[in-house]
Amino acid sequence: MKTDIVLAGVGGQGILTIATILGAAALKENLYLKQAEVHGMSQRGGDVQSNLRISSEPIHSDLIPKNGADLIVSLEPMEALRYLPFLSKDGWIVTNSVPFVNIDNYPQQEEVEAALSLHGRLVMFDMEQVAKEVATQRSSNLVLLGAASPFIDIQPEKIIEAITNVFASKGEKVVSANIAAFQAGRVRATEQM
Amino acid sequence: MKNKQLLLGDEALALGAIYAGLSGAYAYPGTPSTEIMEYVQKNPVSKERKIHSHWSSNEKTAMEEALGMSFCGKRAITSMKHVGLNVAADPFVNSGMTGANGGLLVIAADDPSMHSSQNEQDSRFYADFAMIPALEPSNQQEAYDMAKYGFELSEKFEVPVLTRLVTRLSHSRAVVETETEAIPENELHYPAQARQWVLMPAVSKKRNRALIAQQEDFVKASESSPFNSYKPGTDNRIGIIASGIAYNYLMEAFGGNCPCPVVKVSQYPLPKGLIKQLYNDSEAVLVLEEGQPFIENKITGFFDTEKKIYGKYTGNVVRDGELDPDSVAAAIASLVPDAAGLRKNEEEKDVPSIVAPRPPMLCQGCGHRDVYGALNEALESYESPKVFGDIGCYTLGFLKPFNAIDTCVDMGASITMAKGAADAGQHPAVAIIGDSTFTHSGMTGLLDAINEDSPILVIISDNLTTGMTGGQDSQGTGKIEEICLGLGAHPDHVRTIDSLPKNHDEMVRLFKNEIEHKGLSVVVSRRECIQTARRHATQKK
Repeated sequence: MKTDIVLAGVGGQGILTIATILGAAALKENLYLKQAEVHGMSQRGGDVQSNLRISSEPIHSDLIPKNGADLIVSLEPMEALRYLPFLSKDGWIVTNSVPFVNIDNYPQQEEVEAALSLHGRLVMFDMEQVAKEVATQRSSNLVLLGAASPFIDIQPEKIIEAITNVFASKGEKVVSANIAAFQAGRVRATEQM
Repeated sequence: MKNKQLLLGDEALALGAIYAGLSGAYAYPGTPSTEIMEYVQKNPVSKERKIHSHWSSNEKTAMEEALGMSFCGKRAITSMKHVGLNVAADPFVNSGMTGANGGLLVIAADDPSMHSSQNEQDSRFYADFAMIPALEPSNQQEAYDMAKYGFELSEKFEVPVLTRLVTRLSHSRAVVETETEAIPENELHYPAQARQWVLMPAVSKKRNRALIAQQEDFVKASESSPFNSYKPGTDNRIGIIASGIAYNYLMEAFGGNCPCPVVKVSQYPLPKGLIKQLYNDSEAVLVLEEGQPFIENKITGFFDTEKKIYGKYTGNVVRDGELDPDSVAAAIASLVPDAAGLRKNEEEKDVPSIVAPRPPMLCQGCGHRDVYGALNEALESYESPKVFGDIGCYTLGFLKPFNAIDTCVDMGASITMAKGAADAGQHPAVAIIGDSTFTHSGMTGLLDAINEDSPILVIISDNLTTGMTGGQDSQGTGKIEEICLGLGAHPDHVRTIDSLPKNHDEMVRLFKNEIEHKGLSVVVSRRECIQTARRHATQKK
């Protein structure tokens, strides 16, 4: 198997948590993994992305070539569009629909959604709302991970195991809230696929 | 027994060093090198062994402290970002002359593409300049393995070894096979060649000749290095030299099977023999290297005949920014588009035009915001005020909505440039510098300004941490005013204010008054970084 993912969002939104969980699951499954992160200045409210590559074969490059990503997974709709050149012909976009507006020239939400819809293989919904329903808004990133999980060739039980381990130190409540968020995201995505 | 772990390139190198008997880590935070020291600080073995891991005031003090530990026979690392090596350049270059006793790794993390830096300088030039070997891991596993290898190399040749990382390796995670326990640390012992540590001309002249004589041994070590290799190919139209992570992009371009002859370079000085073999077997040469055209520059003198060498100078490889799988594949395609197995670049899609740039910005609740708000208001009535900025989060004051600074050059330059501007007749001349940058390189400049009572306003925007790199301890915390007074600033003009919205009017008045003062003024504006404040609040819960 091989899944190349561009994780996107705005600095501080929590995309790296998604990478940490998938990394733990991949390690457990004896898969190869490379994950390039962004640290430093761009973390201060700017656009951030992480290239995550998971494969059963050795991986050469830390970066995904253009037209090479199987998935764009984004916590913010406009940020999903930013990495379109990296998405392969058959790739999917899985994104939160709620804009994060911290710039003056943020485009109209309808324009963003229209541009995303042009790409047929799209899963998009209000992940903050889903997170609030089953856990707290802070778990939006776990809803996103759940929504992306049908496109990743790792069994959901294994990802849930990784969620349990990653959040273990924060107590059982946090673990179960995050698992609930993950599952809710997965269900919603399956409906849209 | 081996263990498998998911590690950043930075972390892999740090863990490799710990398991290889590290006794001391020395560093000043700087992207993308910061996580090396942070990993040493939190590692259980390093805690148990009490491995030194306190942050240093700057890269120069870090380098010298590491050199002192090496003098005493123990293994040490010092880590910094590429421009940090400029700060440490004096002890670094001279450490080639003193040599090393305990294994000494100088780790410089370069930032091609300037993700969080002011230039793209390539640290390999420094190793060449200091005439010492350098290592350039191509992946996280090599970063781990090269720590022990580097210490051994350093002790074998009795010189420091430079390890060059780049952002995409420092900040990329992969599965790394590691040992499960650390070997013992070195016992304290002194250098066999004790005289060469006193760099007086008579000693240095002799030592310089010895170091020059060693160069051939360094080349031989590179030629037999497990990290360098030559693999002949079936398509000899072009022979490829790929160094560091450029090697990965090359492999990516061919799905792991490059039909052309390839020399992989991860240890310097360049493995001349391997490169000559490649040259003889190929009709022309392509150089793929992350950073500046170092190898391309070097190899021109290696050969007698005149085959073409392609690379950054010839425009086949992009000259600026970091490499990526696409630019490397394009460079190969520019020479041998039909090479077997070469990944074809599909038509490029554009980013939709509605996507707006989202530049980084100061956090909501950050004290630097209040300082800039007040400073802009205080300067409104002047025709051409100039504000000299510095390196840190507050460099973002250059952007909207503040547009508040006129320069940002290097650590500490705010104070000294403001002084130079005042010397030229500029008024108002304001310097703005953070607390950590102030103790890194601002104190000596302030002494210059104090000694001449230069009519400048120095704002030390103290957030009690090293903010931009993620909140590392700042060396001046709790003593900024004392430092200024100790250097001789007049107590009437060393003022402190909490940079809070409620103090806005008072801050404006204070800035105005001190700008009108006909001599040196320091205003310490203080408020804890919102990021570290949040973290501290969570820890208390």
